[in-house]
Parts: sequence; structure tokens; C-alpha cells
Amino acid sequence: MATIEKLNAPEPLTEELQLVNAAKAGDISAFEELVRRYDRNVFRIAQHITQNREDAEDVVQDAFMKAYENLGQFQGQSKFYTWLVRIAVNEALMKLRRRRPERMVSLDEEVRTEEDSMPREIADWSPNPEQLYNQSELRDILGKTIQGLPPSFRTVFVLRDVEGLSTEETAEALDLSIPAVKSRLLRARLQLRERLNKYFKARKSGDGNK
Amino acid sequence: MTCRDFLKELTDYLDDALDQNTRAELEDHLQWCHNCYVICNTTKKTIEIYRDSTLYELPDDLRTRLRSAIVTKCHDRKKGPQ
Repeated sequence: MATIEKLNAPEPLTEELQLVNAAKAGDISAFEELVRRYDRNVFRIAQHITQNREDAEDVVQDAFMKAYENLGQFQGQSKFYTWLVRIAVNEALMKLRRRRPERMVSLDEEVRTEEDSMPREIADWSPNPEQLYNQSELRDILGKTIQGLPPSFRTVFVLRDVEGLSTEETAEALDLSIPAVKSRLLRARLQLRERLNKYFKARKSGDGNK
Repeated sequence: MTCRDFLKELTDYLDDALDQNTRAELEDHLQWCHNCYVICNTTKKTIEIYRDSTLYELPDDLRTRLRSAIVTKCHDRKKGPQ
């Protein structure tokens, strides 16, 4: 069985460092180019974590402003994107905590045991399950499903599998160890799979194709 | 290799991050264990569906508005970063 395709590394590093250096020196158009490069990613990450559109909009502005104000601290040892993601995740978690003060939200939480990820239902899916639904139905299903994961799981899943950060970059952005990233990623993937079963499993008659 | 062992390695297997021997053991397990084959396949599909989804795309008008707000704020910090 083939493994999933490798993701493209997002940016040529040296050119990006030049932009960062220009922005550090006060060139706002260079910073604007960095915003243009990553605003979509930051928005997606923020929306995944906060599950709230207005909060995600705020996070985009706040994260880029924080990055701008702290550019002097960016040493170029990591990619600018990883550094930015770290800021964005923290801003998004702060929003989430403010909105749900009754539940402490932390990336350190160890949610339930490994047993919890043991698959309960093993059913094969339709050959092209995403085609069983139209675009907006599919978006609803995916949104609802990922919302059910604990924030610490969905954040790791989003950074690794949606945004394509490496395990090491994800660990760096979230201040987690590599084994912690791997264990959360496995559990996130398995829990999502389990929850998607009811929408995507092969139907006995007619195959469910439109 | 048991199914539990297989599951433990699933993430590294899907990410192509295993050494050759472990990978061969997993593939051997997949040959005869239908359940693990299904789990592996549907987990891989889960990742692909999320990766290809247009969930939470930033609409162009909002994108423009956010960017211009950010740039305005940058100009307001007249001195800029050190």
C-alpha cells in the first residue's frame, strides 16, 4: 500500500529571510508580502482551533501584529512560518480559553488513554467517499467531525496533516516533544477516521452513489 | 506482529518514516489482516480528505480587509520593530 504523498516544503528559505530582514528594517511592503504568503494558513489554523469565524479573524490580525512587533526576536534558526504558527496557535488558544473559561484549554492535556483510540468499528468505505456528498455537505461533515476532537488533538492534526508542517516543526510550534506530537497525531487520525465511518462507509445496496 | 503493534506504527507508516525492516513487517501484517488493511486505508483517506478540503478557506474580500487592517496598524507603529 502506498503511503500518503509527501507535502511540498512551503518556501524558499533565503528569499524569505530577505523579506523578514527587510521587514525588520521597517519595510512594511516586505511584511505585507509575508502576510500575503501565510494569511490563509493562519486563518485556517485559527478557525480550526477556535471554531469561531470572528475569533479566527481576530487571530489573523493579532498574530501578524505580534509577529511584526517581535520581528527583532526572530533569529532565523527556524522557518519564519513555524515561528508565525507558534504565535498564531497561542493567540487562538487564548481566544478559546476566553470563550470557554469553564474548560481549561491546554495543549498539555493528556486526554484519555491509548485504549481510547482502539478502533471500534471496522467498516470499509465507499471507493470515493467524498463524492457521496456535495461540497457544502462535505464541509459540514468535516467541520462537525473535527470539532469533536479535543483542542490538543485537532491542533496537532491541523498542523501536520492539513498545513503540512513536519513532525519536528509541529513539535517546535507547539512546544511539545516529538513523541507527544506522534502520539496525538495517531489518536487524532484514528478518532477522525472512526467518526467519519458513519458518513463514508460502503453501503450495502446501491453503493450510495448519486 | 499484533494488530496493536500495527496501530502503534501506523502514523509512521503513513508518513513513510519507518526503517525498511519495520515497514516490511507491517506490510506483511497487512497482507493477511483485513481489519488493519481497512483501518490503514480509511485513515489514509481521512487525511487526504481533510487535506484536500476547502474547509475554512479565507474569502478574498475578507482577506483583503484583514491585510489592509494589518498594514494600517503597521504604519501606525511609526517606528516599526527594532
